[in-house]
Amino acid sequence: MTINTDFIDIGTVEDVPVRGSRLVKTPDATIAIFKTIGGQIFAIEDKCPHLSGPLSQGIVHGNRVTCPLHNLVIDLSNGQADGPDGGPNGKCVKTFPIEIVDGRILLKPIDVPSEKVA
Amino acid sequence: MAPDIVDMPQRQKLVIVGNGMAPGRMLEELLKRSPRAYDITIFNAEPRVNYDRIMLSPVLSAEKKFEDIIIHDDGWYAANDITLHKGKRVARIDRDAKVVEAEDGTSASYDRLVLATGSSPFIIPVPGHDLPGVMAYRDLDDVDAMVEAAERGGQAVVIGGGLLGLEAAAGLQMRGMDVTVIHLMPTLMERQLDTAAGHLLRQAVEARGIKVLTEANTQSITEKDGKVSGVQLEDGQLLPADIVVMAVGIKPSSGIAKDAGLTVGRGISVDDTLCTSDPAVSAVGECVEHRGMCYGLVAPLYEMAKTLAANLAGEEASYTGSVTSTKLKVTGINLFSAGDFADAEGREEIVLRDASNGVYRRLVLEDNRIVGAVLHGDVADGAWFFDLIKRGTDISEMRDTVIFGQGFAGGTPLDPTAAVAALPDDGEICGCNGICKGTIVEAIGELGLKDVEGVRMHTKASASCGSCTGLVEQLLTLSLGDEYDPAGVPPMCGCTDLGHGDVRRLIVAKNLKTIPDVMQELEWKSSCGCAKCRPALNYYLLAAWPGEYTDDNQSRFINERVHANIQKDGTYSVVPRMWGGITSADELRAIADVTDKFNVPTVKVTGGQRIDLLGIQKEDLPAVWADLNAAGLVSGHAYGKALRTVKTCVGTDWCRFGTQDSTGFGIRIEKFMWGSWTPAKVKMAVSGCPRNCAEATCKDVGVICVDSGYEIHFAGAAGLEIKGTVVLGHASTEDEALEIIVAVTQLYREQAYYLERIHKWAARVGIDTVREQIMDDVDRRKALFERFCYSQKFSQIDPWAERAQGDQAHEFMPLADLTRMQAAE
Repeated sequence: MTINTDFIDIGTVEDVPVRGSRLVKTPDATIAIFKTIGGQIFAIEDKCPHLSGPLSQGIVHGNRVTCPLHNLVIDLSNGQADGPDGGPNGKCVKTFPIEIVDGRILLKPIDVPSEKVA
Repeated sequence: MAPDIVDMPQRQKLVIVGNGMAPGRMLEELLKRSPRAYDITIFNAEPRVNYDRIMLSPVLSAEKKFEDIIIHDDGWYAANDITLHKGKRVARIDRDAKVVEAEDGTSASYDRLVLATGSSPFIIPVPGHDLPGVMAYRDLDDVDAMVEAAERGGQAVVIGGGLLGLEAAAGLQMRGMDVTVIHLMPTLMERQLDTAAGHLLRQAVEARGIKVLTEANTQSITEKDGKVSGVQLEDGQLLPADIVVMAVGIKPSSGIAKDAGLTVGRGISVDDTLCTSDPAVSAVGECVEHRGMCYGLVAPLYEMAKTLAANLAGEEASYTGSVTSTKLKVTGINLFSAGDFADAEGREEIVLRDASNGVYRRLVLEDNRIVGAVLHGDVADGAWFFDLIKRGTDISEMRDTVIFGQGFAGGTPLDPTAAVAALPDDGEICGCNGICKGTIVEAIGELGLKDVEGVRMHTKASASCGSCTGLVEQLLTLSLGDEYDPAGVPPMCGCTDLGHGDVRRLIVAKNLKTIPDVMQELEWKSSCGCAKCRPALNYYLLAAWPGEYTDDNQSRFINERVHANIQKDGTYSVVPRMWGGITSADELRAIADVTDKFNVPTVKVTGGQRIDLLGIQKEDLPAVWADLNAAGLVSGHAYGKALRTVKTCVGTDWCRFGTQDSTGFGIRIEKFMWGSWTPAKVKMAVSGCPRNCAEATCKDVGVICVDSGYEIHFAGAAGLEIKGTVVLGHASTEDEALEIIVAVTQLYREQAYYLERIHKWAARVGIDTVREQIMDDVDRRKALFERFCYSQKFSQIDPWAERAQGDQAHEFMPLADLTRMQAAE
């Protein structure tokens, strides 16, 4: 299976609403592609570490999103939850590598250690 | 003469000429003492109700709007059975016939006449003083003219560096004009300040970007193209100007008194009972000359008003003159002065200066008593010094520390509330309204007041110029201890220090029309807000600017963004509207078909008489809606801060006890009001008789039909809290009932904080206040109704139909589906 190790063209930057998100479905996970007010694109798993709420449905503010189910706030750049201990059980959300080429979003849909990806 | 058919003693006729703050207060005091003593008629030259003239400066600087400074609205005059002739200037008084006559011929006869003609601005008679663009600063018309001029920008020259002139200058500068103040004397506000304080004030004014020229004598006002172009000074300087504001002082308006042959000096002469030279005629306010003094500040006017009211009510009271204090109402400049501080034999002074902090304090003493005080920078002790002056307290015991203020006096530790704690119960806290400490403390205790707004509403303390707000807060702290939150209003969220109320008010006052504008102007601390403030701002803007503001979908909670309710597993629930809870075979068939076609796992009947389809995948929503739409079913807004449901019983259609068509009325309300966004969800119900099968008495708004019409209830709750409704009022027709329901909802839409349910809002503003505005003030009710109707033009569009037709398609479709790509490998 080579598909999961390469960058895949998933659409254009224009396709994602500012302060909003779109979903990419993969065999392993549903990935939410976010666009911030500054136009930055982030990809994180669409699953809140608290009770698995769909983060893609939350309100996006700055580089963060508030989960629609119970208002946990997640940093899109590293998947860390707000709060002194980084959220419930110290968990964080999986992030995925992104590249932007000529206005197109290339996504590498494999897990990576938490770090800023775009 | 024919005998009077009404067998009642005729009430004496009281006619009042003028409708400013002094007669307004006089009436309040009179009605409190003896509500039915007089048949009252007022002639007002201004075409409006009574308002708080000393708050014109915040209106000019856009920190407040006119509605905020109204003291008595139309409803008040109606409720007190007072005839108010607006926009009618009295032309003459016939003292022999005891009749006053207005310019338009309207006349009224009196038994007692009160002259409250106020004062007029003094206009320096230099050449050009009557050019267009030269204005005074006296009433709302002047403020309107200044605001209009300021919108064109440019340069303004304010002639006069006194209290009014500086407030006008600050207001115009805040409105974006380039402002120069010219003052005849060497220092600003020389009547209230000594030279040192005048100098500090000048620095503070200049630091705001206002230019100040002192010892500047105006020679003429120059003209170009038929309007003002500049001010020519005697020293040869020419200051270009698009507008010129004259604020050099006021003169009592005593013209009609003089024409009527009353004794007039600088103002209308009165004795200690405020009686003029004619015993049937009294005078009050700025038009009066009493013991050689004319007053232009509010506190003495209110003291006169109280005395006159007592005399009119048949009590004996006398006014012996006032010691006055002044506070400059310019945001960011703190200045207080009181009493007399001219140099004179036998007078001593104590001065404290801290130049780097801009603090200056000067006390003038005579026989160990304080006779004058000037404070700049830190004015917190102003009230204490003023109290010492008025009481003539001997301060020899605390002479070494008195200048440091009450916190240090007598060696007491510096406790911020010590100052107020030490005040006696009759110590005055609110100078404008003459409210003492005891009155406020009693109100806090007896009425269970928890915040400044409550104290304002119930005692009027800090309700006029607001400069004693700090003292009121200290009294709250003293009375409530930790229960009172000194931060006052809790901020909306971490992004701002402003509370919801302030933000709502500033959005309108500053004409802010987008979320980024609000964040910029109100200095949001985050670049993009947060999940708490953005939905609130979106609602406030939508409510303030219907038809103009573009809804920001990305600032809405997911349920309102996709018009369905998110569930714990990320699926959605869909609730179609069933008007008044009535449905049909076709609708039920469509719901059944959708349930089968989309494998809807759960179908449930809700508490609001609707059907809920649970567990629908987000991608399926547009197709589900399309199918429901086809059967005539539209969005039920079960997901929104909006009108949810109007629950009904079967009323006269079927029920043997029904008194009115409760079902039909419920449907009518729902069809009229659906789609409107509100601060929090709104649930309604209409019961056809007092047996109340629709459970209307625990709703936000409920109707109980009775034989004589409709009893309108509101402010109920049956959620986190359980609360029965209270009666708002009675309507005899369905149209009237609808108007009341719509108006109270609109009032709630305009005033409530985001997520605040109707019962919380009503408790905060006061049930009686709501009742007065909706039930007593019919004009206001109609205006609210009209505003609701206007906003509905832009909201009654079915969001499901729009989305079923492809609107916002990106919301419902994945950007990419890599599961299929893999399958294709």
